[in-house]
Amino acid sequence: MTTPHATPRATTEGTVYTVTGGDWDEVVESAVKSDDERIIVNMGPQHPSTHGVLRLILEIDGETVTEARCGIGYLHTGIEKNLEFRNWTQGTTFVTRMDYLTPFFNETAYCLGVEKLLGIEDQIPDRATVLRVLLMELNRISSHLVCIATGGMELGATTIMIYGFRDRELVLDLFELITGLRMNHAFVRPGGLAQDLPPGAVDQLREFVKTMKKNLPEYDKLATGNPIFKARMQDVGYLDLTGCMALGATGPILRSAGLPHDLRKTDPYCGYETYEFDVPTADSCDAYGRFLIRLEEMRQSLRIIEQCIDRLAPGPVMVADKKIAWPAQLALGPDGLGNSLDHIKKIMGTSMEALIHHFKLVTEGFRVPAGQTYTAVESPKGELGVHVVSDGGTRPYRVHFRDPSFTNLQAMAAMCEGGQVADVIVAVASIDPVMGGVDR
Amino acid sequence: MSDEQNSNGVPAPRDETGEVIGVRKGMFGANNGGDTSGYGGLVRTVTLPGATPRPYGGWFDEVADELEGALEEQDLLPENAIEKTVVDRGELTFHIAREHLPTVARTLRDDPALRFELCTGVSGVHFLGDKGRELHAVYHLRSITHGRLIRLEVSAPDSDPHVPSLVAVYPTNDWHERETYDFFGLIFDGHPALTRIMMPDDWQGFPQRKDYPLGGIAVEYKGAQIPAPDQRRSYS
Repeated sequence: MTTPHATPRATTEGTVYTVTGGDWDEVVESAVKSDDERIIVNMGPQHPSTHGVLRLILEIDGETVTEARCGIGYLHTGIEKNLEFRNWTQGTTFVTRMDYLTPFFNETAYCLGVEKLLGIEDQIPDRATVLRVLLMELNRISSHLVCIATGGMELGATTIMIYGFRDRELVLDLFELITGLRMNHAFVRPGGLAQDLPPGAVDQLREFVKTMKKNLPEYDKLATGNPIFKARMQDVGYLDLTGCMALGATGPILRSAGLPHDLRKTDPYCGYETYEFDVPTADSCDAYGRFLIRLEEMRQSLRIIEQCIDRLAPGPVMVADKKIAWPAQLALGPDGLGNSLDHIKKIMGTSMEALIHHFKLVTEGFRVPAGQTYTAVESPKGELGVHVVSDGGTRPYRVHFRDPSFTNLQAMAAMCEGGQVADVIVAVASIDPVMGGVDR
Repeated sequence: MSDEQNSNGVPAPRDETGEVIGVRKGMFGANNGGDTSGYGGLVRTVTLPGATPRPYGGWFDEVADELEGALEEQDLLPENAIEKTVVDRGELTFHIAREHLPTVARTLRDDPALRFELCTGVSGVHFLGDKGRELHAVYHLRSITHGRLIRLEVSAPDSDPHVPSLVAVYPTNDWHERETYDFFGLIFDGHPALTRIMMPDDWQGFPQRKDYPLGGIAVEYKGAQIPAPDQRRSYS
């Protein structure tokens, strides 16, 4: 099919399409004719301040941005399509790579959806749910740290970048300790978790909370009252409540417009209604307000993490139903994490039924009753919704992620038009888009 | 699943007929006569949950009543606009006739008793076996005022893949509708600029349709050829 942006023409080598961008001659010509200072600037897709492969198309008049548009899709990897060709458990391996800065939110949202379709929400062990909350809140801290760090770096504030990545490293160390991986964990599985906490993890978690309580005030000292920082961020990236609602912006953007909408409070999941924490808001509708909200949310996350540690009671981390629970057990081998030798000895040596069960569940997977469900979690960026459809088979029929970055990025034009070119950077940074999530 | 209860404890019996979207035969995905397991004769119909009779339970009835009342006020017969209502797994779904979608969405957004202010976008689903209504567009609407979430489902046949755009009601659907068009070929009439958003502008076909292959190549592993994911055995 052809579109006005892709005109085909026949050559000896076959049909050649001229896609968007090929008409620059005409654009330049008409710009010359119009006899003014308007220039169209392409920022990205490879630009250090566009958070990945985001292409910004700015029409500028002097230093003023008169029109701003986004070009996305450069990081589209077809995850949603791929999911339809793997079993339900393998799905976590894919979804964790969507918004790669918030893997645990992707995994948990997906697994909550699958569990709802299976009708086993009530059978998920408490320990698994508490650990999911714990990991999600740790992840919220690491995601906000990246946002603040890279946002600062884009303003030229390299110290805050170093601080941010220093503290994020502490979170990633914990992730590595608990899941074995720094990113792309696939640790949350339908039915529970892949594994229990390793020995010593609770002590490390307590140590982390202590360190972060010491480190978080440094951001306040460095940035919150800093006149340069404030001059760059205040009244920049303005989007009021009406704009947020119309454009579907959620997360810190919506809360910076003064609405305390947080799914953890308004539509709780994973038992968030039983935790004590506050939802910070600002009334400035600008990038500075979003910065303050992210800082405060990290403090609130630390509160939740402390409550999680206190609640951790010994118990299983996977649903008891052996028709769903992953049969393989992991053990720490000399070459890293691998299959438990005891488990292999049992299925290969003593129990043929166990071997059949293992083989069936791993190669074929479990069947999920037909139907559809929508589950949403409050990711650091906003409402992360997952629409899961099953046709009763062993593979997802359709999984759609409503990624908050994708929706929030639409607000870029509203935030940037009429502002300065330099403020585009600040506005985009305050949206905190991650292209892995936007493009999927 | 017939004894399943919805969020408020009122049993929501399901229509036994449901919505048949396909029939599966055999068990191990071996459809070329190679299945000697004895399961080859197994026939299983794939049925989505069917219409739910009243009462729906909890606030579901309130929303349904308000919506029907508000539609009647606009001289629109609710039974013309709402094809069926499904309550499944504690979630409320209205199946809407596509020509009435903008009216219903605007009513849901503006009526003070409904106030579904936030649309979380549109998700396409392609049911090859649902003849005459293959393409489904699924919208989730959230009411921040009342703390509710409902689902609208609209369907269109493959031969006429048109659904009215909701951008005028929910501007946030701009990119979402472009994405669904890009992947499913659903044309949202009235969208200000319905172009591809993820795939290159000159891409042929609509990748997330079920008849569009995944692609991929066979990979050698320990001497054996492992077929591409869409060529592997799929347990039906």
